[in-house]
Amino acid sequence: MADGSGAGAVDPGALLSLGDIDKNFGPVQALTGVNLDVPAAQVTALLGDNGAGKSVLVKIISGIHAPDGGQIHWEGRAVHFRTPKDATALGINTVFQDLALCDNLDIVQNMFLGRERRQVGLLLDEDDMEKAAAATLASLSVTTVRSIRQPVASLSGGQRQSVAVARAVMWNSKLVIMDEPTAALGVAQTRMVLDLIKRLADKGLAVLVISHNLNDVFEVADRVAVLYLGRLVAQGPAAGFDRQSVVELMTTGASSRVVAASQAAAAGLEG
Amino acid sequence: MSDVKEGAPPPLEAEPEALTEAAATRAELAVAPEIVAGSLGEYLRAWVARIKAGESGVLPVIIGLIVIAVIFQSQNANFLTAGNLVNLLVQGAAITLLGLGEVFALLLGEIDLSIGFVAGVAGVIAAQLVAFPHNWPWWAAVGVAILVTAVIGLVQGTIITRLGLPSFVVTLAGLLGFQGVMLMMVGQGGTVPIASDVINDFANGNMTVGAGWVVTALLILGYAALTWWRDQRRRASGLVAPPASLTLLKIAAVAVAGVALVLICNANRGLLVPIQGVPWVVLIVLGVLAAWSVLLGRTRFGRYVYAIGGNAEATRRSGVNLARIRTAAFILCSLTAGIAGIVYASRLRSVSTNLDGGTLVLYAVAAAVIGGTSLFGGRGKPPHSGLCGNVIAAIANGMGLLGMAAATQLIVTALVLLAAVTIDAVARRGRTPTGMH
Repeated sequence: MADGSGAGAVDPGALLSLGDIDKNFGPVQALTGVNLDVPAAQVTALLGDNGAGKSVLVKIISGIHAPDGGQIHWEGRAVHFRTPKDATALGINTVFQDLALCDNLDIVQNMFLGRERRQVGLLLDEDDMEKAAAATLASLSVTTVRSIRQPVASLSGGQRQSVAVARAVMWNSKLVIMDEPTAALGVAQTRMVLDLIKRLADKGLAVLVISHNLNDVFEVADRVAVLYLGRLVAQGPAAGFDRQSVVELMTTGASSRVVAASQAAAAGLEG
Repeated sequence: MSDVKEGAPPPLEAEPEALTEAAATRAELAVAPEIVAGSLGEYLRAWVARIKAGESGVLPVIIGLIVIAVIFQSQNANFLTAGNLVNLLVQGAAITLLGLGEVFALLLGEIDLSIGFVAGVAGVIAAQLVAFPHNWPWWAAVGVAILVTAVIGLVQGTIITRLGLPSFVVTLAGLLGFQGVMLMMVGQGGTVPIASDVINDFANGNMTVGAGWVVTALLILGYAALTWWRDQRRRASGLVAPPASLTLLKIAAVAVAGVALVLICNANRGLLVPIQGVPWVVLIVLGVLAAWSVLLGRTRFGRYVYAIGGNAEATRRSGVNLARIRTAAFILCSLTAGIAGIVYASRLRSVSTNLDGGTLVLYAVAAAVIGGTSLFGGRGKPPHSGLCGNVIAAIANGMGLLGMAAATQLIVTALVLLAAVTIDAVARRGRTPTGMH
């Protein structure tokens, strides 16, 4: 694909830049000309009503769907994802809403699933994996689990989310995408996960959070991007939005209350 | 809906706390005590708490064995004689091996109904290859028989995984088809005698008294050294490990079991001529048990078998080739059945059309399930299934000694199996934490 056309809109400082992304499924236009920047060391919240195209956009970023048009820039370079492995190789890891954990396996086994370390020979190096898993959990300050050898089935919802996040960040992750991370959680568990999200950004990772919960969004997000019927109608620093403007954007695609900066961003000119 | 009018729900604000408390207790109980215990006392307390909550592990099996022994011994004084106990071990060997094979299918959440007659086919092939027109050496005959069962597993596994057909139906076809194949191969006479002394000795030959002691001592020492070394290393590097006292207790239990086994087997159990020594088949079963335990517990393949049984979609997203792992599991299942078939034929010194592969496979599933292997996949360990092959054999053997009718034997075995599956389902329900879909 020609990279020239949309290059002017790309913010060179962003870790991930999407330019003019189109995606259609047969006659259904799921995404139209989406420009989105995801900078490192910040939490970007992706908002939108049901059917706005959030999931499709996430699947494009994580390599599950290929876009029909537009460019993806990663660290300033144009990239094309053919499979999810291409995205993972660059350091993009997605925590899906169902977490994709095996309940019967323990925490260490889940964190290394598909990437087990082996000793010389064919046997698994359990000691090494357990140390690495413990170190990752400690670096994320996940300390509430009783033993990292307990099966995931015995964990609370927040702990399961933490394990899924720890698994995602373990592999030189630079961007972690989280789909509705607090949807099924209680108050205390939500707090735990929101703290974890902030810590990821503090560690220098880019975090893209999809959420319906505006309380959570305004608590953790540094930046906000709103999708409406497949178009990105606003994006910018979270300070430029308030609850009412976000709701208006999500439901009507426009808001009289949005400050100038974010409207400029919606046109892909931010920077 | 009905709970709106009657049995008023507790006030809303009280609910979350009660729920989390219950969930916390449950979470506590779902963790095996050896993972979190710091000392033997703590371990025992956690263990008792789990038993009270219905998480009893291997305990019902041991209690079941004791109950069976007491009942049968009180009815017939021959049940606990050395001769009968060794006989029981040998009878149980084929079921144990079939159970070990079935574990591979069950861990995936699948089932293989064909292994009874696949075992029969292996027995016939081995018996015919060592017999007159072929006169093959025993090892070649056994090798080819096992190879054929592996190919059967490959074909069935490929149909199941690549065409996406239910394993129940594919292996049901196998159950019917391989019975036909076996009958065709046995042919007119109805019986194929085994012409090889070596193969007959698998189940009927014994080690010398001295060899039994030496082999057992080596096995116990090897187990003790490996277990102690691993646990000690993990304790030293601060990893999750049982306390030293628990490691020693485990080693002591294995040593006692091993010594008891050799003492029983080395007692003279012959009526006219002295017969004593550990049957070779015990070594065969232990070898397969050890190999499959390492394969399932310590390799990537084994890890993926458990993972697929737990959450196949999550495993696929982790980049695991599901079709390959599933097919390999069916190959191992069939191949283990082949070993079982040769052991079964060896005990009878022949293969006949009387071989009832349908009952054998159900005994194998029963052995695996009583041993804690879940029919829903992802849960179970080979050694427990091994122990339970002997439970099934003990029931059949004891009822035979009591001269019970075949009808009664079938009904009692059915009830034991039903009880085991019920325990499995109830334990599974109790294990599901809140907030899961």
